[in-house]
Amino acid sequence: MGKRVGMEVSIAAAEVVGLCDVDVIAAYPITPQTHIVEHLSELVADGHLDAEFVPVESEHSAMSTCVGAAAAGARTFTSTSSQGYALMAEICYIASSLRLPIVMAVANRALSAPISIWNDHADMMMARDTGWIQTVAENGQEVVDLLLHAYRVAEDPRVLLPVMVNLDGFILSHMIEPIYMPDKEEVQRYLPPYKPALRLDPRNPMTFGPVGMPEVYTEAKKAQDEAMKGALPVIVEAWKEFEKHFGRAYHPVETYKTDGAEILLLTMGSVSETAMTAVDKMRAEGKKVGLVHLRLWRPFPAKELVEALQGAKAIVVVDRAMAFSTQSGPVCVEVKAALFDHGISTYVQNFVAGLGGRDVTVEDFEMMVAKTSDGLAKGLPMTYEIVNVRE
Amino acid sequence: MAKETGIVRWKDLALGCTLMEPGTAAELKTGDWRSMRPVTNRELCIKCGQCYIFCPDMVYSRTAEGYYEANYYYCKGCGICARECPKDAIQMVQEEK
Repeated sequence: MGKRVGMEVSIAAAEVVGLCDVDVIAAYPITPQTHIVEHLSELVADGHLDAEFVPVESEHSAMSTCVGAAAAGARTFTSTSSQGYALMAEICYIASSLRLPIVMAVANRALSAPISIWNDHADMMMARDTGWIQTVAENGQEVVDLLLHAYRVAEDPRVLLPVMVNLDGFILSHMIEPIYMPDKEEVQRYLPPYKPALRLDPRNPMTFGPVGMPEVYTEAKKAQDEAMKGALPVIVEAWKEFEKHFGRAYHPVETYKTDGAEILLLTMGSVSETAMTAVDKMRAEGKKVGLVHLRLWRPFPAKELVEALQGAKAIVVVDRAMAFSTQSGPVCVEVKAALFDHGISTYVQNFVAGLGGRDVTVEDFEMMVAKTSDGLAKGLPMTYEIVNVRE
Repeated sequence: MAKETGIVRWKDLALGCTLMEPGTAAELKTGDWRSMRPVTNRELCIKCGQCYIFCPDMVYSRTAEGYYEANYYYCKGCGICARECPKDAIQMVQEEK
């Protein structure tokens, strides 16, 4: 039996990765991801984890090592943040195109300049179109659960795609929380041993990552897109299975007090917990407000999202990253497109909040709801606004 | 199938576009994106082999008479052979469709 422990979330993430029987870990330390791989290196050095820890000289090499190891049939893990992600991005495309089930935890952090080590979702958004599956954790328990889920999904023969588990830097990574930590047997019951579909082997040589002439590249991308779309039901299935094993349920789109809600907040990541408090407060005041939480970012669960959002009079989408000069922040653009494609023209107001580690408070959510309500009543045009920016 | 023409349906591609055999770069027809082709004038050629030495794609091979012949399947038309030829025996000629 596993046990309930008080633990820093980064340490818990490392512990659960250790329980997953990883073969190769390659990483370069970057704030606020550091504690995750630091603890993994300790587990390996102390003999608690029988894995190869490769201390590389850059994130580019970390992902390259993971690609090589995964191609050879190893279960691999890495973790990064912000500029580190930016440096490994080149190889991230290769990992997904080669269909290698690498798992990576990203302690979300703002991108420079100015240099910020604090949390927002700029790195997650940068990874948007790399072909990686992306799940988003809300608290420490979810980091542990989503990492376990990540290996199960990534290595499913129907998926075979890398998975990125996003956790808010510092807000989650450095928080000490009560966490239910499964034991090895529980993990093994949920996660079967990794059997690669194809692997580099001198006894059966093959060519990974060949040149793709114009005659074949489009087809290669189509095949990859189909794999990504096909991953959605497998992700949901793996969550259902997770619920059977551990009793905790996850969905691509989750709702909180949405019954009879006229205004719906839409958030992603740890800020959802603050949003729930704000919803509780506004509900107590008689305001018909609810929360929709996006757990899965890629593949984008458009249908599930539209189901959760339809019926509301207005939607408040809270983005944690900029998409300069576009119609709105990256999450809101997707939301608007999904609604449009389903023939729904709800009033959507977008707020970009919590950039570079600025707190997003209950009062901020109240302000966003009030402004949206006002905009809806006055028929103001839909727009995006940066929360609390000093004029 | 595919190997010669590269034309396949997306469903026919192996996982991750993998090729099930090694050394497949040899089969990559790099010559099909050439816009200029090198043509050797054998009256000027002194069989020095500079074209063979400098060719970055190993396109040239020696014939029985000692001349050097380009394999257009691989020749990208870079023009290095023409530039290096000490007798100006190699001319770059426009490819025609």
